[in-house]
Amino acid sequence: MTRESKVRNFHQAKWDEPVIYELSSKGERGILFPEIEKEIEAIVGDGISKLPSNMIRAQPPNLPELSQMQVLKHYLRMSQQTLGADLNVDIGQGTCTMKYSPKINEQFATAPKFTELHPSQDESTVQGILEIIYKLDLFLREISGLDKFTFQPGGGSQAIFAMVSIIYAHHEANGEAEQRDEIISTMFSHPSDAAAPNVKGYRVINIYPNEDGLPDVEALTEAVSERTAGLLITNPEDTGIFNPRIKEFTRIVHEAGGVCGYDQANANGVLGITRAKEADFDLCFFNLHKTFSSPHGCGGPASGALGVSKEFMKYLPVPLVEYDGSKYHLNYDIPKSIGKVRSFYGVVPAILKAYSWIMSLGKDGLREVSEIAVLNNNYLLKKILEIRGASAPYAKGRHRIEQVRYSWDELYKETGVTTEDVTCRMADFGFHMWSSHHPFIVPQPFTLEPTESYSKTELDEYISGLKKVVEEAYENPEIVKGAPHRSVVHKIDHDPLDDPSKWAITWRSYLKKSKK
Amino acid sequence: MKKLGLIINPIAGMGGKVGLKGTDGLEILAKARNLGAKPISPQRTIKTLERLTSLEDEIELITYPGEMGEGVVKQCGLNPKIIGSIDEGNTTPYDTQQASKELYELKVDLLLFAGGDGTARDIYNSVGTKLVVLGIPTGVKMHSAVYACNPMRAGDLAASYLQGEVRELKEAEVMDIDEEAFRSGIVSAKLYGYLNIPYERNHVQRLKSGSSINERYSQEAIAQEIIENMEEDYYYIIGPGTTTRSIMERLKLENTLLGVDIVHRKQLVEKDLSEKGILEHIREKKVKMIVTPIGGQGFLLGRGNQQISSEVIKQIGKDNIIIIATKQKINSLNGQPFLVDTGDSDLDRMLSGFVSAVTGYRESVIYRISS
Repeated sequence: MTRESKVRNFHQAKWDEPVIYELSSKGERGILFPEIEKEIEAIVGDGISKLPSNMIRAQPPNLPELSQMQVLKHYLRMSQQTLGADLNVDIGQGTCTMKYSPKINEQFATAPKFTELHPSQDESTVQGILEIIYKLDLFLREISGLDKFTFQPGGGSQAIFAMVSIIYAHHEANGEAEQRDEIISTMFSHPSDAAAPNVKGYRVINIYPNEDGLPDVEALTEAVSERTAGLLITNPEDTGIFNPRIKEFTRIVHEAGGVCGYDQANANGVLGITRAKEADFDLCFFNLHKTFSSPHGCGGPASGALGVSKEFMKYLPVPLVEYDGSKYHLNYDIPKSIGKVRSFYGVVPAILKAYSWIMSLGKDGLREVSEIAVLNNNYLLKKILEIRGASAPYAKGRHRIEQVRYSWDELYKETGVTTEDVTCRMADFGFHMWSSHHPFIVPQPFTLEPTESYSKTELDEYISGLKKVVEEAYENPEIVKGAPHRSVVHKIDHDPLDDPSKWAITWRSYLKKSKK
Repeated sequence: MKKLGLIINPIAGMGGKVGLKGTDGLEILAKARNLGAKPISPQRTIKTLERLTSLEDEIELITYPGEMGEGVVKQCGLNPKIIGSIDEGNTTPYDTQQASKELYELKVDLLLFAGGDGTARDIYNSVGTKLVVLGIPTGVKMHSAVYACNPMRAGDLAASYLQGEVRELKEAEVMDIDEEAFRSGIVSAKLYGYLNIPYERNHVQRLKSGSSINERYSQEAIAQEIIENMEEDYYYIIGPGTTTRSIMERLKLENTLLGVDIVHRKQLVEKDLSEKGILEHIREKKVKMIVTPIGGQGFLLGRGNQQISSEVIKQIGKDNIIIIATKQKINSLNGQPFLVDTGDSDLDRMLSGFVSAVTGYRESVIYRISS
């Protein structure tokens, strides 16, 4: 990065690294163990025959066979081929709340005191971690105003699924489960708010936004009926626009006999400012890997912390971590529980990291997080709107909360350069701008969410990157359309993704599909 | 080598700037010229062709002489194959029809045409869906859904299609309004049929969704939803359109794409009914009606389905109207509401407001109707 230009002369490594299974060579080992000594064998036997027979595999697993050094090189190369919050200005992945995950919290989570714990240990021997789980529950109660949290769901969509299961259990207990077969959501709520109920067997009614980007109260009135089971809604929605009439939404749904669930996966703009309770929600959840700084970990391990008001506590998954005044224990005695949604107690490292993060900030610190996130976002909004070809549909002239869904439609119409092209070209400058902006109501969408973690200098660097790409789009669109030029991979052909015989998500399924 | 056909309607769009709402018919054209109208099709077509010059060695460009293509193509430094003959300065719809027929016989891979709704109709009348076509928007009236959003995008989409990057096709509506009636303030639009155009799915959308649910899957999902909920004692009026057709296809019933059919107990009662026919069939019966908005403009009633008159709608009742639309189609409205124009403004007002529209299997949305 020179003094004149804020855009880096970046070039990413390209190793052309094979899949680790392709590096495997039969018999190669990381460690060769010594032969067992006679004296030891005399005492413990061969070490295998004493294992219960149901624990012994009939066939060894098909694992790649490599030496230590090959493994190390493989993963180092892979690590050079990524971008992420620890490496670049990762504000281009709006809705995901990419923020700094303090490394001290990683150290807690990798310390033997923690890693040597086993979920089957007697509760008397794990009082420390149970206390952390219980106290995080207390923190989230305060942040949401609701009455009890479970950390069992392994992510946001699973938390939504658990909410839907609770909604179902509630209506079943009232003998109305069959009649109430519809869940209402909005187009700009997270798509999982529609997808999870669908999986559960519900009909889903989605409300389109009005000119301001918000769902109309009158549209909700049209949607509710005696068939309404519940409402699942995000606020602020993925546009970063806060729905000021949210209390009317919950009132209308309650009056129709429905349950209200608040998708707070991303609550980064409202900590200490608004709560689920005051908006009359019955259920809510937070993604610890978004708002509460636990890393996303490439799709896991994550945590969707699910909270409920008193009336719905009886449906929570088991066990619940509780405190009797002297010790912490696991309570399995919840007769109307929806059962388990995941094994054991949830992703405990994520819980530990979120607990540490909250402890380091305190009440005022949490509010400050949101205030800075909102400030950063509105600074960015002003700067992005100065870029030729960019716009922010809806709520013109108004501030947004923690993110904005922008549009490159004007750029596209004038130059033919699409959001995807800009995304690819940004990678040439070491920036990430991602591709998921469902449901694609906004043409040529891109969503930026700067969170509280990035300095003004870093935001300016990202803005310079966008300006540079847009300049190229108008002067020499071919550069942008042919991008990336300095990244790991070139453009991907997406058509094979439509054909299940052409893709596999594991090596085993690859072998099966390719009949090797 | 791929073959690209090009037809320019040299007079398309001339009526627009001089306020004539269209350029259909010789008299109007003369009037437009008198008012000082200048041809706009050639200039706009150049913008399209500029996007294709880099493919010069990969495609064979075939076009008609002079103002119908040759002139503009050569101006762009391209070397076209010229076919046919015209009376320069006096071309008519017949020339467009003739040119598209000849280009079809030469088996072009794609036919680009510059014009408006009148031109689209001429192409539709002569080659129908036998050819893949794409409109360069240069007309006054552009109610049809067969155009790219601007001339440059037409060039880009044509290039992507010829290079095999875009492979899917979509049936897009050919609409036109009666210009004469329109000039006296009456909008009366008709759905003439469909043309096959390359379907450019949103590139970014493909990135995330992978096995993206394309429009046809959505239509099938809607059809399944509708069929599962069909009630034995109801008669179902099936309005025109490709989305409603998917219901008939799933029921394996004969149907009319542009007409109104009636179904009872999953059997066809009668097809292609007039207003009178519909009224006769539904008298004293329990009836539901399934309609779909027209892509790109959102008309639910009053465009392309005038058989479904205000009288018919009143008999059926608002609550028995089932609206179906793929989300792709709704999103293409860019937030504009569904529209109704039944000719009865009280009825239009009564139909306005928020309604539910079926968008998939066990899936619907709330959207607004406006009159």
